[in-house]
Amino acid sequence: MKLYQQTVQKIGEMLARREVTAQEVLASIAERIGQVENKIQAFTTLTLKEAEGIAADLDSRGEVGDLTGIPCGIKDNMCTRGIRTTCASEMLENFVPPYDATVVNKLKSAGAVMVGKLNMDEFAMGSSTENSGFFPTHNPWDLTRVPGGSSGGAAAAVAAGEVFYALASDTGGSIRQPASFCGVVGMKPTYGMVSRFGLVAFASSLDQIGPVTRTVTDCALVMNAICGHDRQDSTSLQLEVPDFRSYLQTDIKGLKIGFPREYFQKGVDQEVKDTIKKVLLKYEELGAIVEETSLPHSEYALPAYYIIAPAEASSNLARFDGVRYGYRDTHAEDIIGMFSSTRARGFGPEVTRRIMLGTYALSSGYYDAYYLKALKVRRLIKEDFDQAFDKYDVLISPTATSVAFKIGEKSEDPLSMYMSDILTIPVNLAGIPSISIPGGFVDNLPVGLQLMGRPLSEGTLLKAAYAFEQATDYHLRTPVMEV
Amino acid sequence: MALTIREVEHVALLARLNLTAKEKETYTEQLSSILEFFEMLNRLPTDGVEPLAHVLPLCNVMREDKATPSLPKDEAMANAPLSENGQFKVPKIV
Repeated sequence: MKLYQQTVQKIGEMLARREVTAQEVLASIAERIGQVENKIQAFTTLTLKEAEGIAADLDSRGEVGDLTGIPCGIKDNMCTRGIRTTCASEMLENFVPPYDATVVNKLKSAGAVMVGKLNMDEFAMGSSTENSGFFPTHNPWDLTRVPGGSSGGAAAAVAAGEVFYALASDTGGSIRQPASFCGVVGMKPTYGMVSRFGLVAFASSLDQIGPVTRTVTDCALVMNAICGHDRQDSTSLQLEVPDFRSYLQTDIKGLKIGFPREYFQKGVDQEVKDTIKKVLLKYEELGAIVEETSLPHSEYALPAYYIIAPAEASSNLARFDGVRYGYRDTHAEDIIGMFSSTRARGFGPEVTRRIMLGTYALSSGYYDAYYLKALKVRRLIKEDFDQAFDKYDVLISPTATSVAFKIGEKSEDPLSMYMSDILTIPVNLAGIPSISIPGGFVDNLPVGLQLMGRPLSEGTLLKAAYAFEQATDYHLRTPVMEV
Repeated sequence: MALTIREVEHVALLARLNLTAKEKETYTEQLSSILEFFEMLNRLPTDGVEPLAHVLPLCNVMREDKATPSLPKDEAMANAPLSENGQFKVPKIV
């Protein structure tokens, strides 16, 4: 087994025992990137040179830690001091942040070695990474298919062995759906668990940063490093962060699992449903109590989300005006013209569409009918979850309605692309934690299993995920790529 | 609900987006079909439901009113598309 194929946990142990050096680990990753990156196109920016310096420094100091010396990637919507942060948009193509996001700072203190910034749908708006303003990313399991989105670069890079783990963001499923399509582990923590300072805002009441890894154990290790209160983010929670490793146990006897019938209805491919039904049988074998339940307002989550998220985005993206940073169209003669042509040229079609949609939903005369209505629906969705969690510890569903779809298959029809988020969106509206792990395969393409829990129950989710992972071998399968 | 081109032009003006004639047509069509999809929300009665803008029970998070170091001016200005004498330069406003 090559070094790049190992897990964060294993590499950490090898580094701690001095069996390898951080520079050797990085060399293996650099070689792998050299082999496959031209096919996958996961990175917007590679920082291998900077990484070499950091790895050499770590080796000379001989420090050890769970993430020390381990190469990772960061979704390109998190600010990295001195390294461009583009959001995969022409608007920010040359933007070099003067500060680090809090999560980047935390990883740096933990001795992480960042090898690059990862491709995404422009401003995290999309479900396939085809909306990247630069180029699409390809799924390592089948290069003619999308890796999911918006964190397609993160999931593809982790699956292809180009990084050991990545940080991504999830506003309506942007960590979990690509994790599902690429056969890796992706966690969206409880809203407020991880600081959003330095994350380029899309929809502030929904955005949350989380890990993309190859195993549940690695997810726990990265969670340990990124969670916690930050005075720079007033919505980050004041709480003691547990050692998430302590939840990695396989005994789940008596765990109460509900599967919401609305998540197994029309719109979800039969093979995907069958795969997750088998997962439920496995959980019963492991001693969990599995019952059907209901989240009755589920069908209203998608329209509510596509009002709330664009409304918040239209406000957040007002800052891109060509004045202080980012692209500017220099042809206009007056300032309104400068704003308007800068924004029309700097933003791609999906971002423009969502700004228009959000502006409309918030505009005079339509606010009550759309935005306020959507906020009321959001309450009903949250209450559905509250009631379900009175009875169940964990809810289980497919993460996505299908396996990875073909590049180009949905890119012409915005509404059909929106539909692909239907199973992940309710979690963001309710602010609860959720994890997607490999749950099986259909025609050699991964199927994601989504676990959802009550607020701050990341530990329970990790335990339930770990028990399933240890009882199956799906996480050990890797995409075969000709090199 | 079908949008008219005029409504799309109004929204584009509010959003400061200078759209081409072709883009206006495309967005009129696409946004209309998205709004039509939203109409399913009208089937759900929500009278008396409190709107939920934010999931956390947080309100007015305060910190001590104490100055801390901030970015040096040249770093804060470094990404400006156009600047002069340490100030952002923009086209004519009045």
